[in-house]
Amino acid sequence: MVNEATAPLPLIDIRNLAKSYRRGGQIVPVLTDITLEVRAGDFLGLMGPSGSGKSTLLNLIAGIDKPDAGQILFDGVDITRLSETELADWRAGTVGFIFQFYNLIPVLTAFENVELPLTLTRLTRRERREHVEAALALVGLSDRMPHYPSELSGGQQQRVAIARAIIADPRLIVADEPTGDLDRHSAEEVLKLMDRLSTDLGKTIVMVTHDRRAADQAHAIMYLDKGELSTAVDVHERSLR
Amino acid sequence: MQFLKLVLRNALRHRLRTVLTLLGLVVAILSFGLLQTVVSAWYAGAEGAAPTRLVTRNAISLVFALPLSYRDQIRAVDGVRAVSHATWFAGIYQDPKNFFPQFAIEPRTYLAMYPEYLVAPQEFAAFLRDRKGAIIGRKIAGTYHLKVGDVLPLRGTIYPGTWEFTVRTIYDGVDAKTDTSQMFFHWEYLNETMKKRSRSHADQVGVYVVDVADADRVAEVSHAVDALFKNSLAETLTETERAFQIGFVKQTEALVVAIQIVSYIVIVIILAVMANTMAMTARERLAEYATLKVLGFSPVYIAALILGESVAIAAIGAAIGIALTFPVSDWFAAQVGTLFPVFKVSGETVILQVLCALGVGVVAAIAPGRRAATVKIAEGLRAIR
Repeated sequence: MVNEATAPLPLIDIRNLAKSYRRGGQIVPVLTDITLEVRAGDFLGLMGPSGSGKSTLLNLIAGIDKPDAGQILFDGVDITRLSETELADWRAGTVGFIFQFYNLIPVLTAFENVELPLTLTRLTRRERREHVEAALALVGLSDRMPHYPSELSGGQQQRVAIARAIIADPRLIVADEPTGDLDRHSAEEVLKLMDRLSTDLGKTIVMVTHDRRAADQAHAIMYLDKGELSTAVDVHERSLR
Repeated sequence: MQFLKLVLRNALRHRLRTVLTLLGLVVAILSFGLLQTVVSAWYAGAEGAAPTRLVTRNAISLVFALPLSYRDQIRAVDGVRAVSHATWFAGIYQDPKNFFPQFAIEPRTYLAMYPEYLVAPQEFAAFLRDRKGAIIGRKIAGTYHLKVGDVLPLRGTIYPGTWEFTVRTIYDGVDAKTDTSQMFFHWEYLNETMKKRSRSHADQVGVYVVDVADADRVAEVSHAVDALFKNSLAETLTETERAFQIGFVKQTEALVVAIQIVSYIVIVIILAVMANTMAMTARERLAEYATLKVLGFSPVYIAALILGESVAIAAIGAAIGIALTFPVSDWFAAQVGTLFPVFKVSGETVILQVLCALGVGVVAAIAPGRRAATVKIAEGLRAIR
């Protein structure tokens, strides 16, 4: 998180980012002059009070919203300059999403939900099946493939969502309150899984959370308040202290 | 494959809502089909008219008769192949609601001009021998359970008194569009009776039917016939049989137009219901559509999902509605008896039903499809729960 002359180029390089919303004829600034770097393989936790702009920042990083000013360079490419179509293609190939309420499609089975992003690729049916089975095995749900979301617990649904997030092998995973709707046990399972994604698979993760325990799983935590970022805390350094 | 799976599963997601919408669609498509068939039935006479047949009537009104003496003069007009005549009788069979048209005709010439009426030669010969004989259409025979040899009494309205006829033959139509709800009897019988009862009504006919040799000379012959009787006591108006039949329909055209309008209003109502259903559906699934966009699916794909679902529901409703139109129209035709000579669901009506259903499916999906396709992802995701 900290600029160092010797450090490799950041995967995500955010410069002077600003975003505001119009509410009732008034312009409400949400993010002001945000500058941030995230290196490949980082697991960054974003914390802050409600309305601080955490989810807005996450949406901008994930390319599902556009800033009013500033740049978001992903591996050197300014995604704020991409068209909607280019952005959709970029998201499909680069970003995996984990939502608070899982956002699974209720009429599709666990298998079909995980397969969904792959239907946009040129993979054959057989290749898709192999990928989906591997992803569901990774999240420990091989026996739940034919089950619909309504037949799964909250924790299981979130694991299906994680399998869907990683199925296209994205470089970046964004998670918006991934444990916000889960009980403690399920939350721990999901956090362990995210830790594996970071440590074992080397995924870069940016996670928004209110949950201190969830944030502690991250390698670093940044605080956002009134649209401004405060100093990063390196969790591992802190624990060593 | 994934697209069709999503469309069909989404369509069946809220079973009760889908079933109720389908029920509405079925009723609408069925009603539309029936009303359109009623309109077609109204024009059935005009549809069955031959292009070479002319009808000559009194120029003042159809109510006034024409002298029998005109027959030979018309026959002498260049281009005329044959002439016959028919006189509207307007008798009541048992009860005024048992309506069917009755014509006093000159049988040999008249039936020769209408090859679409099929009669058994032996029975027709028996009819010719019987002055009080009658020919009835198959539909009349079926509706009133009449058979050859039965006595058919009519109470005259234009020609007072009770008139007894004997059914001598039952004619069939050459196809399903042929009117088999008419009765014919000897004009001679009518004329002889009127000579005894009311001399002034004798030797009169209702209309002349003129068979023209060449269809291209129809207008010319028509003018020639009317020119013959210009400035006479009974001037004539000669027109094609089709124009003559449409003239009848025009008398009740306001009713036909009203039926047409109602049939389309039914479609507009179901369109509103369907549009509401699809709008509710799309609103509820806004977060899902946003999620699909997040995953990389295009706005066009999202709009197509909604369109596909809407069209699928409309297609199922149309299929059931059209399938039901046939038995229901048969039942309706049986209920109204001989009021509609021909009451058949036409191919054009089915095509219109299909087009209306597809139109409903497509139009109902436009607004929700556009909304789902254009909603910002962040906004759509906020719509969850």
